Amino acid sequence: MALTIGVLALQGAFIEHEAMLHRLGVRTVEVRKPEHLAGLDGLILPGGESTTMGLVAECWGLVAPLKAWVQAGKPIWGTCAGMILLANRAIGQKAGGQPLIGGLDVTVSRNYFGRQNESFETFLRVPRLGEEPVRAVFIRAPAIVEVGSDVEALARVAGRGEEVVVAVQQANILATAFHPELTDDLRWHQLFIEMVEVQKGRGDLNLERVERTC
Amino acid sequence: MNDSSNRTRNGASEQNDVITGTFAVKVGLAQMLKGGVIMDVVTAEQARIAEEAGACAVMALERVPADIRKDGGVARMSDPRKIKEIIEAVTIPVMAKVRIGHFVEAQILQALGVDYIDESEVLTPADEEHHINKHKFTTPFVCGARDLGEALRRIAEGAAMIRTKGEAGTGNIVEAVRHARAVNGAIRRLRSMDEDELFAYAKEIRAPYSLVKLTAELGRLPVVNFAAGGVATPADAALMMQLGMDGVFVGSGIFKSGNPEKRARAIVMAVTHYNDPQILAEVSEDLGEPMVGVNLDTLSEADKMAVRGW
Repeated sequence: MALTIGVLALQGAFIEHEAMLHRLGVRTVEVRKPEHLAGLDGLILPGGESTTMGLVAECWGLVAPLKAWVQAGKPIWGTCAGMILLANRAIGQKAGGQPLIGGLDVTVSRNYFGRQNESFETFLRVPRLGEEPVRAVFIRAPAIVEVGSDVEALARVAGRGEEVVVAVQQANILATAFHPELTDDLRWHQLFIEMVEVQKGRGDLNLERVERTC
Repeated sequence: MNDSSNRTRNGASEQNDVITGTFAVKVGLAQMLKGGVIMDVVTAEQARIAEEAGACAVMALERVPADIRKDGGVARMSDPRKIKEIIEAVTIPVMAKVRIGHFVEAQILQALGVDYIDESEVLTPADEEHHINKHKFTTPFVCGARDLGEALRRIAEGAAMIRTKGEAGTGNIVEAVRHARAVNGAIRRLRSMDEDELFAYAKEIRAPYSLVKLTAELGRLPVVNFAAGGVATPADAALMMQLGMDGVFVGSGIFKSGNPEKRARAIVMAVTHYNDPQILAEVSEDLGEPMVGVNLDTLSEADKMAVRGW
Protein backbone atom coordinates (compact mmCIF):
# COMPACT_ATOMS: atom_id res chain seq x y z
CA MET A 1 0.00 0.00 0.00
CA ALA A 2 1.17 3.51 -0.77
CA LEU A 3 2.55 5.53 2.09
CA THR A 4 0.77 8.57 3.52
CA ILE A 5 2.94 11.27 5.02
CA GLY A 6 1.52 14.27 6.85
CA VAL A 7 3.02 17.73 6.63
CA LEU A 8 2.32 20.16 9.48
CA ALA A 9 0.51 23.00 7.66
CA LEU A 10 0.14 25.67 10.31
CA GLN A 11 2.54 28.08 8.59
CA GLY A 12 5.61 27.92 6.35
CA ALA A 13 6.82 25.98 3.33
CA PHE A 14 4.60 22.90 3.59
CA ILE A 15 3.49 22.85 -0.07
CA GLU A 16 7.13 22.46 -1.20
CA HIS A 17 7.49 19.29 0.90
CA GLU A 18 4.25 17.93 -0.51
CA ALA A 19 5.45 18.55 -4.08
CA MET A 20 8.66 16.59 -3.38
CA LEU A 21 6.73 13.69 -1.82
CA HIS A 22 4.28 13.61 -4.75
CA ARG A 23 7.22 13.27 -7.13
CA LEU A 24 8.20 10.17 -5.15
CA GLY A 25 4.69 8.71 -5.34
CA VAL A 26 3.73 9.38 -1.72
CA ARG A 27 0.28 10.58 -0.66
CA THR A 28 0.27 13.67 1.59
CA VAL A 29 -2.07 15.14 4.19
CA GLU A 30 -1.92 18.73 5.49
CA VAL A 31 -2.02 18.61 9.28
CA ARG A 32 -3.78 21.54 10.96
CA LYS A 33 -5.72 19.79 13.73
CA PRO A 34 -4.96 16.75 15.94
CA GLU A 35 -7.46 14.53 14.09
CA HIS A 36 -5.46 14.97 10.87
CA LEU A 37 -2.69 12.83 12.42
CA ALA A 38 -4.82 9.69 12.34
CA GLY A 39 -3.66 7.07 9.87
CA LEU A 40 -0.41 8.76 8.88
CA ASP A 41 2.76 6.71 8.33
CA GLY A 42 5.16 9.63 8.77
CA LEU A 43 5.16 13.32 9.57
CA ILE A 44 7.18 16.33 8.38
CA LEU A 45 7.53 19.56 10.34
CA PRO A 46 8.40 22.09 7.60
CA GLY A 47 10.40 25.30 7.58
CA GLY A 48 8.73 28.54 8.57
CA GLU A 49 8.77 30.57 11.75
CA SER A 50 9.13 28.25 14.74
CA THR A 51 7.56 30.82 17.08
CA THR A 52 4.45 31.07 14.88
CA MET A 53 4.16 27.31 14.44
CA GLY A 54 4.67 26.72 18.16
CA LEU A 55 2.00 29.23 19.15
CA VAL A 56 -0.56 28.01 16.63
CA ALA A 57 0.15 24.36 17.50
CA GLU A 58 -0.35 25.12 21.18
CA CYS A 59 -3.60 26.95 20.50
CA TRP A 60 -5.12 24.02 18.59
CA GLY A 61 -3.98 21.40 21.08
CA LEU A 62 -1.37 19.94 18.74
CA VAL A 63 1.64 20.05 21.05
CA ALA A 64 0.59 17.03 23.17
CA PRO A 65 -0.29 14.78 20.17
CA LEU A 66 2.95 15.74 18.43
CA LYS A 67 4.91 14.87 21.60
CA ALA A 68 3.01 11.57 21.72
CA TRP A 69 3.92 10.95 18.06
CA VAL A 70 7.63 11.34 18.79
CA GLN A 71 7.50 9.27 21.97
CA ALA A 72 5.59 6.48 20.21
CA GLY A 73 8.64 6.11 17.96
CA LYS A 74 6.80 7.11 14.80
CA PRO A 75 8.91 8.61 11.98
CA ILE A 76 9.20 12.40 11.97
CA TRP A 77 11.42 14.86 10.06
CA GLY A 78 11.93 18.50 10.99
CA THR A 79 13.48 21.00 8.57
CA CYS A 80 14.82 24.30 9.94
CA ALA A 81 11.96 25.57 12.16
CA GLY A 82 10.78 21.95 12.41
CA MET A 83 14.20 20.94 13.71
CA ILE A 84 13.97 23.64 16.41
CA LEU A 85 10.57 22.28 17.51
CA LEU A 86 12.04 18.76 17.83
CA ALA A 87 15.13 19.76 19.80
CA ASN A 88 15.28 19.10 23.53
CA ARG A 89 17.18 22.33 24.09
CA ALA A 90 17.17 25.62 22.13
CA ILE A 91 19.31 28.73 22.49
CA GLY A 92 18.13 32.13 21.27
CA GLN A 93 14.40 31.77 21.71
CA LYS A 94 12.04 34.70 21.85
CA ALA A 95 11.53 36.44 25.20
CA GLY A 96 9.50 34.12 27.44
CA GLY A 97 10.46 30.99 25.50
CA GLN A 98 8.33 29.07 23.05
CA PRO A 99 6.51 25.74 23.11
CA LEU A 100 8.73 22.88 21.91
CA ILE A 101 7.85 19.32 21.03
CA GLY A 102 11.22 17.84 21.95
CA GLY A 103 12.50 14.28 21.75
CA LEU A 104 15.69 14.97 19.78
CA ASP A 105 18.65 14.97 22.16
CA VAL A 106 20.49 18.01 20.80
CA THR A 107 20.94 21.69 21.58
CA VAL A 108 20.01 23.96 18.67
CA SER A 109 21.01 27.56 18.35
CA ARG A 110 18.28 29.58 16.59
CA ASN A 111 19.46 31.82 13.75
CA TYR A 112 23.00 30.56 14.45
CA PHE A 113 24.28 31.74 11.07
CA GLY A 114 22.78 35.21 11.45
CA ARG A 115 20.02 37.18 9.79
CA GLN A 116 18.81 37.03 6.18
CA ASN A 117 21.91 38.78 4.77
CA GLU A 118 23.92 35.78 6.05
CA SER A 119 21.52 33.20 4.60
CA PHE A 120 23.45 31.04 2.15
CA GLU A 121 23.69 28.15 -0.27
CA THR A 122 26.37 25.52 -0.19
CA PHE A 123 27.09 21.90 -1.10
CA LEU A 124 27.25 19.36 1.71
CA ARG A 125 29.10 16.09 1.90
CA VAL A 126 26.61 13.53 3.22
CA PRO A 127 28.00 9.96 3.16
CA ARG A 128 24.53 8.52 3.90
CA LEU A 129 23.24 10.00 0.61
CA GLY A 130 26.16 8.89 -1.56
CA GLU A 131 29.25 10.39 -3.15
CA GLU A 132 27.70 13.36 -4.89
CA PRO A 133 27.55 16.49 -2.70
CA VAL A 134 24.07 17.71 -1.79
CA ARG A 135 22.97 21.27 -2.52
CA ALA A 136 21.65 22.90 0.65
CA VAL A 137 19.82 26.20 1.17
CA PHE A 138 20.12 27.75 4.64
CA ILE A 139 17.60 30.50 5.48
CA ARG A 140 18.22 32.33 8.79
CA ALA A 141 19.15 28.83 9.75
CA PRO A 142 19.70 27.17 13.11
CA ALA A 143 22.65 24.89 13.84
CA ILE A 144 23.12 22.00 16.21
CA VAL A 145 25.77 22.96 18.73
CA GLU A 146 25.55 19.91 21.01
CA VAL A 147 24.74 16.33 20.08
CA GLY A 148 23.57 13.59 22.46
CA SER A 149 25.20 10.14 22.44
CA ASP A 150 22.34 8.42 20.54
CA VAL A 151 22.33 11.01 17.80
CA GLU A 152 24.11 10.38 14.50
CA ALA A 153 25.50 13.50 12.76
CA LEU A 154 24.84 13.26 9.01
CA ALA A 155 26.31 16.57 7.79
CA ARG A 156 28.40 19.46 9.03
CA VAL A 157 29.39 22.93 7.83
CA ALA A 158 31.90 25.50 8.97
CA GLY A 159 30.27 27.74 11.53
CA ARG A 160 31.62 30.60 13.59
CA GLY A 161 35.15 29.33 14.10
CA GLU A 162 33.99 25.74 14.59
CA GLU A 163 32.29 23.00 12.64
CA VAL A 164 28.60 22.67 13.42
CA VAL A 165 26.20 19.82 12.76
CA VAL A 166 23.36 20.61 10.35
CA ALA A 167 21.70 17.22 9.81
CA VAL A 168 21.09 14.38 12.29
CA GLN A 169 19.21 11.16 12.81
CA GLN A 170 18.16 9.70 16.15
CA ALA A 171 16.14 6.50 15.66
CA ASN A 172 12.74 7.69 14.33
CA ILE A 173 13.76 11.36 14.14
CA LEU A 174 15.42 13.07 11.18
CA ALA A 175 16.37 16.75 11.39
CA THR A 176 17.96 19.16 8.92
CA ALA A 177 18.86 22.81 9.54
CA PHE A 178 18.47 23.57 5.81
CA HIS A 179 15.75 23.11 3.18
CA PRO A 180 15.95 20.09 0.84
CA GLU A 181 12.40 21.04 -0.25
CA LEU A 182 13.80 24.19 -1.92
CA THR A 183 16.12 22.21 -4.19
CA ASP A 184 15.62 19.62 -6.92
CA ASP A 185 17.51 16.92 -5.03
CA LEU A 186 15.10 14.23 -3.83
CA ARG A 187 17.63 12.26 -1.77
CA TRP A 188 16.65 13.60 1.66
CA HIS A 189 12.98 12.86 0.98
CA GLN A 190 13.96 9.41 -0.23
CA LEU A 191 15.92 8.82 2.98
CA PHE A 192 12.90 9.82 5.06
CA ILE A 193 10.60 7.58 3.02
CA GLU A 194 12.99 4.68 3.70
CA MET A 195 12.77 5.45 7.44
CA VAL A 196 8.98 5.50 7.18
CA GLU A 197 8.92 2.18 5.35
CA VAL A 198 11.08 0.52 8.00
CA GLN A 199 9.18 2.04 10.92
CA LYS A 200 5.68 1.91 9.43
CA GLY A 201 2.94 0.94 11.87
CA ARG A 202 5.21 1.44 14.86
CA GLY A 203 3.60 2.85 17.97
CA ASP A 204 -0.02 3.69 18.70
CA LEU A 205 -1.22 7.24 18.78
CA ASN A 206 -3.89 8.16 21.30
CA LEU A 207 -5.65 11.29 20.05
CA GLU A 208 -8.42 11.31 22.56
CA ARG A 209 -7.28 13.70 25.24
CA VAL A 210 -6.76 16.80 23.15
CA GLU A 211 -7.21 20.16 24.80
CA ARG A 212 -7.29 23.50 23.10
CA THR A 213 -5.74 26.42 24.92
CA CYS A 214 -7.41 29.23 22.99
CA MET B 1 23.31 37.75 -9.94
CA ASN B 2 25.51 40.75 -9.51
CA ASP B 3 29.02 39.88 -8.34
CA SER B 4 29.07 42.44 -5.55
CA SER B 5 26.13 40.76 -3.85
CA ASN B 6 27.69 37.30 -3.75
CA ARG B 7 30.32 36.97 -1.10
CA THR B 8 32.18 33.72 -0.98
CA ARG B 9 33.93 32.60 2.12
CA ASN B 10 35.92 29.44 2.51
CA GLY B 11 34.96 27.47 5.54
CA ALA B 12 36.90 24.95 7.53
CA SER B 13 35.78 22.13 5.24
CA GLU B 14 37.05 22.44 1.72
CA GLN B 15 33.82 21.47 0.03
CA ASN B 16 31.77 24.04 1.97
CA ASP B 17 31.89 27.00 -0.40
CA VAL B 18 29.28 29.35 0.87
CA ILE B 19 27.35 31.85 -1.28
CA THR B 20 25.04 34.49 0.19
CA GLY B 21 22.44 36.68 -1.51
CA THR B 22 21.47 34.23 -4.27
CA PHE B 23 17.99 34.46 -5.72
CA ALA B 24 17.14 31.05 -4.21
CA VAL B 25 18.08 32.34 -0.76
CA LYS B 26 16.05 35.54 -1.27
CA VAL B 27 12.96 33.72 -2.53
CA GLY B 28 13.54 31.06 0.13
CA LEU B 29 12.84 33.41 3.04
CA ALA B 30 9.56 34.49 1.42
CA GLN B 31 8.66 30.79 1.06
CA MET B 32 9.21 30.35 4.80
CA LEU B 33 6.80 33.24 5.50
CA LYS B 34 3.96 31.61 3.56
CA GLY B 35 0.75 30.86 5.37
CA GLY B 36 1.68 33.58 7.81
CA VAL B 37 0.83 37.14 8.79
CA ILE B 38 3.31 40.01 8.56
CA MET B 39 2.30 42.86 10.85
CA ASP B 40 3.07 46.59 10.70
CA VAL B 41 4.62 47.82 13.96
CA VAL B 42 5.96 51.21 14.99
CA THR B 43 7.56 50.35 18.34
CA ALA B 44 9.51 47.49 19.92
CA GLU B 45 6.57 46.94 22.26
CA GLN B 46 4.17 46.47 19.32
CA ALA B 47 6.70 44.13 17.73
CA ARG B 48 6.63 41.95 20.86
CA ILE B 49 2.82 41.92 20.83
CA ALA B 50 2.90 40.87 17.16
CA GLU B 51 5.41 38.09 17.88
CA GLU B 52 3.33 36.82 20.81
CA ALA B 53 0.26 36.79 18.58
CA GLY B 54 2.05 34.53 16.10
CA ALA B 55 3.19 36.99 13.39
CA CYS B 56 5.71 35.30 11.06
CA ALA B 57 7.48 38.67 10.55
CA VAL B 58 7.04 42.34 11.38
CA MET B 59 7.25 45.43 9.20
CA ALA B 60 9.02 48.22 11.08
CA LEU B 61 7.79 51.69 10.21
CA GLU B 62 7.52 55.14 11.67
CA ARG B 63 3.78 55.59 11.21
CA VAL B 64 1.14 53.11 10.09
CA PRO B 65 -0.45 53.91 6.71
CA ALA B 66 -3.66 55.23 8.32
CA ASP B 67 -1.57 57.90 10.09
CA ILE B 68 0.52 58.62 6.99
CA ARG B 69 -2.77 59.34 5.24
CA LYS B 70 -4.03 61.54 8.07
CA ASP B 71 -0.80 63.48 8.63
CA GLY B 72 0.09 64.08 4.97
CA GLY B 73 3.54 65.41 4.06
CA VAL B 74 6.47 63.34 2.81
CA ALA B 75 6.66 59.81 4.24
CA ARG B 76 10.20 58.36 4.40
CA MET B 77 12.18 55.38 5.66
CA SER B 78 12.01 55.00 9.47
CA ASP B 79 14.63 56.27 11.91
CA PRO B 80 17.37 53.57 12.04
CA ARG B 81 17.22 53.65 15.84
CA LYS B 82 13.57 52.58 15.76
CA ILE B 83 14.42 49.75 13.37
CA LYS B 84 17.34 48.62 15.55
CA GLU B 85 15.11 48.56 18.64
CA ILE B 86 12.59 46.41 16.82
CA ILE B 87 15.31 44.04 15.54
CA GLU B 88 16.55 43.70 19.14
CA ALA B 89 13.07 43.03 20.51
CA VAL B 90 12.03 40.00 18.43
CA THR B 91 13.46 36.79 16.96
CA ILE B 92 11.19 36.74 13.88
CA PRO B 93 12.29 38.43 10.62
CA VAL B 94 12.09 42.22 10.48
CA MET B 95 11.15 44.05 7.30
CA ALA B 96 11.23 47.80 6.65
CA LYS B 97 10.02 50.16 3.93
CA VAL B 98 11.91 52.43 1.54
CA ARG B 99 10.54 54.94 -0.93
CA ILE B 100 10.13 53.77 -4.54
CA GLY B 101 13.45 54.35 -6.31
CA HIS B 102 15.32 55.44 -3.16
CA PHE B 103 18.26 53.07 -3.37
CA VAL B 104 20.22 54.85 -0.64
CA GLU B 105 17.48 54.23 1.91
CA ALA B 106 17.73 50.60 0.79
CA GLN B 107 21.52 50.60 1.29
CA ILE B 108 20.93 51.88 4.82
CA LEU B 109 18.38 49.17 5.60
CA GLN B 110 20.76 46.51 4.27
CA ALA B 111 23.51 47.90 6.50
CA LEU B 112 21.13 47.72 9.48
CA GLY B 113 20.58 44.02 8.79
CA VAL B 114 16.83 44.05 8.10
CA ASP B 115 15.64 40.76 6.61
CA TYR B 116 13.43 42.10 3.80
CA ILE B 117 13.06 45.54 2.19
CA ASP B 118 9.63 46.73 1.02
CA GLU B 119 9.96 49.21 -1.85
CA SER B 120 6.64 50.73 -0.99
CA GLU B 121 4.06 53.03 -2.52
CA VAL B 122 2.90 53.78 1.02
CA LEU B 123 5.89 56.10 1.36
CA THR B 124 6.31 59.12 -0.93
CA PRO B 125 8.07 58.03 -4.16
CA ALA B 126 11.64 59.30 -4.65
CA ASP B 127 11.86 58.52 -8.38
CA GLU B 128 8.97 58.81 -10.81
CA GLU B 129 10.56 56.65 -13.48
CA HIS B 130 12.91 54.09 -11.97
CA HIS B 131 12.46 51.49 -9.31
CA ILE B 132 15.48 50.28 -7.34
CA ASN B 133 17.79 47.82 -9.11
CA LYS B 134 17.23 45.13 -6.54
CA HIS B 135 19.79 42.73 -8.02
CA LYS B 136 22.50 44.89 -6.47
CA PHE B 137 21.48 43.98 -2.93
CA THR B 138 22.04 40.96 -0.68
CA THR B 139 18.87 41.80 1.24
CA PRO B 140 15.76 40.61 -0.61
CA PHE B 141 12.96 42.95 -1.69
CA VAL B 142 9.18 42.76 -1.74
CA CYS B 143 7.27 45.05 -4.13
CA GLY B 144 3.61 45.84 -4.73
CA ALA B 145 1.81 45.03 -7.96
CA ARG B 146 -1.70 45.70 -9.28
CA ASP B 147 -1.51 43.33 -12.22
CA LEU B 148 0.67 40.69 -13.85
CA GLY B 149 2.71 43.15 -15.93
CA GLU B 150 3.65 45.20 -12.89
CA ALA B 151 4.50 42.06 -10.89
CA LEU B 152 6.81 40.72 -13.60
CA ARG B 153 8.51 44.11 -14.10
CA ARG B 154 9.32 44.15 -10.37
CA ILE B 155 10.61 40.56 -10.51
CA ALA B 156 12.79 41.50 -13.51
CA GLU B 157 14.27 44.27 -11.36
CA GLY B 158 15.09 41.66 -8.71
CA ALA B 159 12.07 41.55 -6.40
CA ALA B 160 11.98 38.16 -4.63
CA MET B 161 8.44 38.56 -3.31
CA ILE B 162 5.31 40.33 -4.60
CA ARG B 163 2.29 41.69 -2.75
CA THR B 164 -0.95 43.29 -3.83
CA LYS B 165 -1.18 47.08 -3.62
CA GLY B 166 -4.48 47.37 -1.82
CA GLU B 167 -5.16 50.89 -0.57
CA ALA B 168 -3.13 50.93 2.63
CA GLY B 169 -4.61 52.54 5.72
CA THR B 170 -8.22 52.37 4.53
CA GLY B 171 -9.40 49.11 6.09
CA ASN B 172 -11.07 48.48 2.73
CA ILE B 173 -10.21 45.19 1.04
CA VAL B 174 -11.68 46.01 -2.38
CA GLU B 175 -8.42 47.05 -4.08
CA ALA B 176 -6.42 44.07 -2.80
CA VAL B 177 -9.14 41.79 -4.17
CA ARG B 178 -9.01 43.58 -7.52
CA HIS B 179 -5.22 43.09 -7.74
CA ALA B 180 -5.31 39.44 -6.67
CA ARG B 181 -7.99 38.70 -9.25
CA ALA B 182 -6.16 40.65 -11.96
CA VAL B 183 -2.93 38.68 -11.44
CA ASN B 184 -4.61 35.28 -11.14
CA GLY B 185 -6.96 35.92 -14.07
CA ALA B 186 -4.07 36.96 -16.30
CA ILE B 187 -2.11 33.82 -15.35
CA ARG B 188 -5.10 31.63 -16.21
CA ARG B 189 -5.33 33.31 -19.64
CA LEU B 190 -1.57 32.89 -20.15
CA ARG B 191 -1.85 29.15 -19.75
CA SER B 192 -4.07 28.85 -22.82
CA MET B 193 -1.82 30.94 -25.10
CA ASP B 194 0.55 29.58 -27.72
CA GLU B 195 4.07 30.95 -28.13
CA ASP B 196 3.10 33.59 -30.73
CA GLU B 197 0.44 34.91 -28.40
CA LEU B 198 2.84 34.94 -25.45
CA PHE B 199 5.22 37.24 -27.35
CA ALA B 200 2.39 39.65 -28.12
CA TYR B 201 1.04 39.44 -24.57
CA ALA B 202 4.46 40.15 -23.05
CA LYS B 203 4.62 43.32 -25.15
CA GLU B 204 1.08 44.28 -24.21
CA ILE B 205 1.68 44.01 -20.45
CA ARG B 206 5.22 45.50 -20.75
CA ALA B 207 6.90 42.50 -19.11
CA PRO B 208 9.99 40.50 -20.14
CA TYR B 209 9.09 37.56 -22.39
CA SER B 210 11.23 35.12 -20.39
CA LEU B 211 9.26 35.82 -17.21
CA VAL B 212 5.92 35.69 -19.02
CA LYS B 213 6.86 32.27 -20.41
CA LEU B 214 8.08 31.03 -17.01
CA THR B 215 4.84 32.20 -15.37
CA ALA B 216 2.79 30.40 -18.04
CA GLU B 217 4.75 27.20 -17.41
CA LEU B 218 4.48 27.39 -13.62
CA GLY B 219 0.84 28.48 -13.64
CA ARG B 220 1.69 30.96 -10.89
CA LEU B 221 4.05 33.86 -10.23
CA PRO B 222 7.66 32.66 -10.01
CA VAL B 223 7.90 34.19 -6.51
CA VAL B 224 5.70 34.22 -3.41
CA ASN B 225 2.67 36.54 -3.61
CA PHE B 226 1.13 38.07 -0.45
CA ALA B 227 -2.01 40.13 0.06
CA ALA B 228 -1.49 43.66 1.37
CA GLY B 229 -3.53 46.79 1.86
CA GLY B 230 -6.93 47.03 3.49
CA VAL B 231 -6.92 43.77 5.50
CA ALA B 232 -8.87 44.56 8.70
CA THR B 233 -10.63 41.35 9.78
CA PRO B 234 -9.94 37.59 9.96
CA ALA B 235 -12.51 37.21 7.17
CA ASP B 236 -10.55 39.66 4.96
CA ALA B 237 -7.39 37.61 5.53
CA ALA B 238 -9.13 34.31 4.75
CA LEU B 239 -10.72 35.86 1.65
CA MET B 240 -7.29 36.74 0.28
CA MET B 241 -5.99 33.24 1.08
CA GLN B 242 -8.94 31.62 -0.71
CA LEU B 243 -8.20 33.89 -3.67
CA GLY B 244 -4.84 32.14 -3.87
CA MET B 245 -2.53 34.49 -1.99
CA ASP B 246 0.38 32.87 -0.11
CA GLY B 247 0.03 34.96 3.05
CA VAL B 248 -1.09 38.32 4.36
CA PHE B 249 0.36 41.68 5.39
CA VAL B 250 -1.71 43.57 7.96
CA GLY B 251 -0.95 47.24 8.43
CA SER B 252 -3.15 49.67 10.28
CA GLY B 253 -5.77 46.94 10.74
CA ILE B 254 -4.25 45.64 13.97
CA PHE B 255 -2.85 48.49 16.02
CA LYS B 256 -5.61 50.90 14.94
CA SER B 257 -8.26 48.53 16.28
CA GLY B 258 -9.83 48.22 19.74
CA ASN B 259 -8.04 45.05 20.89
CA PRO B 260 -4.78 44.58 18.92
CA GLU B 261 -3.62 41.39 20.73
CA LYS B 262 -6.86 39.56 20.17
CA ARG B 263 -7.36 40.74 16.60
CA ALA B 264 -3.75 39.91 15.66
CA ARG B 265 -4.08 36.38 17.00
CA ALA B 266 -7.46 35.93 15.29
CA ILE B 267 -5.99 36.96 11.92
CA VAL B 268 -3.08 34.51 12.39
CA MET B 269 -5.57 31.68 13.09
CA ALA B 270 -7.70 32.75 10.11
CA VAL B 271 -4.72 32.47 7.75
CA THR B 272 -3.89 28.93 8.97
CA HIS B 273 -7.53 27.77 8.85
CA TYR B 274 -8.61 29.93 5.88
CA ASN B 275 -10.71 27.09 4.42
CA ASP B 276 -12.59 26.23 7.60
CA PRO B 277 -15.67 28.52 8.04
CA GLN B 278 -16.44 26.99 11.44
CA ILE B 279 -13.08 28.11 12.82
CA LEU B 280 -13.32 31.45 11.02
CA ALA B 281 -16.65 32.09 12.73
CA GLU B 282 -15.12 31.23 16.08
CA VAL B 283 -12.03 33.43 15.78
CA SER B 284 -14.01 36.37 14.35
CA GLU B 285 -16.14 36.59 17.47
CA ASP B 286 -15.93 39.48 19.91
CA LEU B 287 -12.79 41.19 18.60
CA GLY B 288 -13.79 44.71 19.69
CA GLU B 289 -13.83 47.71 17.40
CA PRO B 290 -12.19 47.23 13.99
CA MET B 291 -10.27 50.14 12.52
CA VAL B 292 -12.52 52.80 11.02
CA GLY B 293 -12.65 52.17 7.29
CA VAL B 294 -12.37 54.60 4.41
CA ASN B 295 -14.69 54.33 1.44
CA LEU B 296 -12.55 54.49 -1.68
CA ASP B 297 -15.15 56.50 -3.62
CA THR B 298 -14.49 59.35 -1.22
CA LEU B 299 -10.71 59.15 -1.76
CA SER B 300 -9.39 61.57 -4.38
CA GLU B 301 -7.07 60.23 -7.09
CA ALA B 302 -4.21 62.19 -5.50
CA ASP B 303 -4.77 60.34 -2.22
CA LYS B 304 -4.59 56.87 -3.78
CA MET B 305 -1.29 55.17 -3.06
CA ALA B 306 -1.70 52.18 -5.38
CA VAL B 307 -1.17 54.31 -8.50
CA ARG B 308 2.38 55.08 -7.34
CA GLY B 309 4.93 52.83 -9.07
CA TRP B 310 5.53 52.35 -12.77
